[in-house]
Amino acid sequence: MSQSGITNEELRELYKELILDHARSPRHFGKLPDATHTAEGINMLCGDKLKLYLRIGPEDRIDDARFEGSGCAISVASASLLTDTVIGMQTRDALRFFETLVDRLGGPSAANEADADAAIDLGKLRALEGVREFPSRIKCATLAWHALSSAIHERTRPATTE
Amino acid sequence: MSVPSTVQREIGIADCRADFPALAQEVNGYPLVYLDNAASAQAPTDVIDEVARYQREDHANVHRGVHTLSQRATEIYEGARDAIRRLINAAERREIIYTRGTTESINLVAQSYCRPRLEAGDAIVISHLEHHSNIVPWQIVCEQTGAELRVAPIDERGQVQAEQLIGMLDERVRLLAITHVSNVLGTVVPVRELIDAAHGRDIPVLVDGAQAVPHMPVDVRALGADFYAFSGHKMFGPTGIGVLYGKEALLDAMPPYQGGGAMILEVSFEGTTFNELPYKFEAGTPNISGAAGLGAAVGYLESVGLDRIERHVHDLLRYMMQRLGEVEGIRLIGTASEKASVQSFLLGDIHPHDLGTIVDHQGIAIRTGHHCAMPLMDFYGVPGTARASLAFYNNADDVDRLVDSLEKAREIFGA
Repeated sequence: MSQSGITNEELRELYKELILDHARSPRHFGKLPDATHTAEGINMLCGDKLKLYLRIGPEDRIDDARFEGSGCAISVASASLLTDTVIGMQTRDALRFFETLVDRLGGPSAANEADADAAIDLGKLRALEGVREFPSRIKCATLAWHALSSAIHERTRPATTE
Repeated sequence: MSVPSTVQREIGIADCRADFPALAQEVNGYPLVYLDNAASAQAPTDVIDEVARYQREDHANVHRGVHTLSQRATEIYEGARDAIRRLINAAERREIIYTRGTTESINLVAQSYCRPRLEAGDAIVISHLEHHSNIVPWQIVCEQTGAELRVAPIDERGQVQAEQLIGMLDERVRLLAITHVSNVLGTVVPVRELIDAAHGRDIPVLVDGAQAVPHMPVDVRALGADFYAFSGHKMFGPTGIGVLYGKEALLDAMPPYQGGGAMILEVSFEGTTFNELPYKFEAGTPNISGAAGLGAAVGYLESVGLDRIERHVHDLLRYMMQRLGEVEGIRLIGTASEKASVQSFLLGDIHPHDLGTIVDHQGIAIRTGHHCAMPLMDFYGVPGTARASLAFYNNADDVDRLVDSLEKAREIFGA
């Protein structure tokens, strides 16, 4: 967080139009009846709770993804952007997105490390980078991604951001 | 709308604000507006200085030494107990047990009072208003004993349905545990009436007073409470110290909660003779600096006057409810006829957590989330709420700033 506190620009950066759009009209929202992998994500701090459904094909390709649940604008937008991003992706590539995103949202210092992994272009997921100035909101942005990692690894306990 | 006369800079109360150094800072470029008092209140200089003074000059262990510092520490520790007894009008100082806070006070009663008495088929009654700390300890003891936990309903305004609660108090009920003031809705529960009804059936009553003691005079004898639990940090004292008041006859008959030093008279490997009240329940070296700070907080509250505090917080809450009610798209949650300090709300379809971030950006501290009362969130069908909670140092400007910040949230979200 900047020394002088949060600025108006930083607040606008957090709630930019792309985020608000995905929060208001989440994509791929709902159950996926033929899901092969599922995981829940729970953010104890603010009560965000979502369930992620994946249908993973024989070649480890994510053929479809959906989510349901409730949460703040940041966590819902992040889940919506996640489903948009990972459909059609190999699971190992999706996990690399997860790792890169968590690294880059980890706070201002993580920005330096981002160049090291320039191979991954986060594309519109960069819209989530506004949370870096809001440490208490980073967990909201990464919750769905932790659930993605759990679902792919078929962990049975709900994912948390701890 | 017009500001109620007592909310306007009532001289004494307005002056008090300067006694709280934390309130004099800027947050994110704005003067801090602190409206998260139900979670934890700020401490006045009297408390901060007394804790530091105690550590600097008088610190030693209590009840253990003949040396001067130990005697001074003991006088401070026991002096604070006397102050607390006076504050809540308990009959005896030995009825005041120091704990870590309300949560530990309630767990103590669950394990030391209830557990030995409960049998399968017995019951404990609580209400739908309760904080997790007045739910989970009873769930644990019910699990341990096979007893049943009964939950009395509330109405849409957030008021305990007294008749239905009283109807639950049958011959199997061993305890009624009920909050005095709801931490989420601000509802003031008519505990006196409920205690009378319970006593009519020989059922003892524990009152969770965490949200009452900071805002109103509390007289445990006038209420008739058998146990009354509260926390230091919500009444402008330090964290990590709280109180369990219990009627002497009940406390006397209870086994200790924890074993260790100070709670014994004589120990041999064959057995132990437990100490007298209140020390039987204060095993180990206690939070002496916390007690020093709590004693200072009691002295400070008495100097301001709890009658005056109650009036001011009541009038300011009415003003806040009216101002919030004027915000377009707002839903006030908790509209009981008797309330203190607290107002929960939702704004349009903006998630409370987003609201919290936006108002914090304007230097305003509110709580957002489930407030450790998930069953109550389920009752209203919401994942959480935003909650503004007042203390006597708040004023009409603070409320106006909150209302302005909500307009900003509507602008950002296009709500």
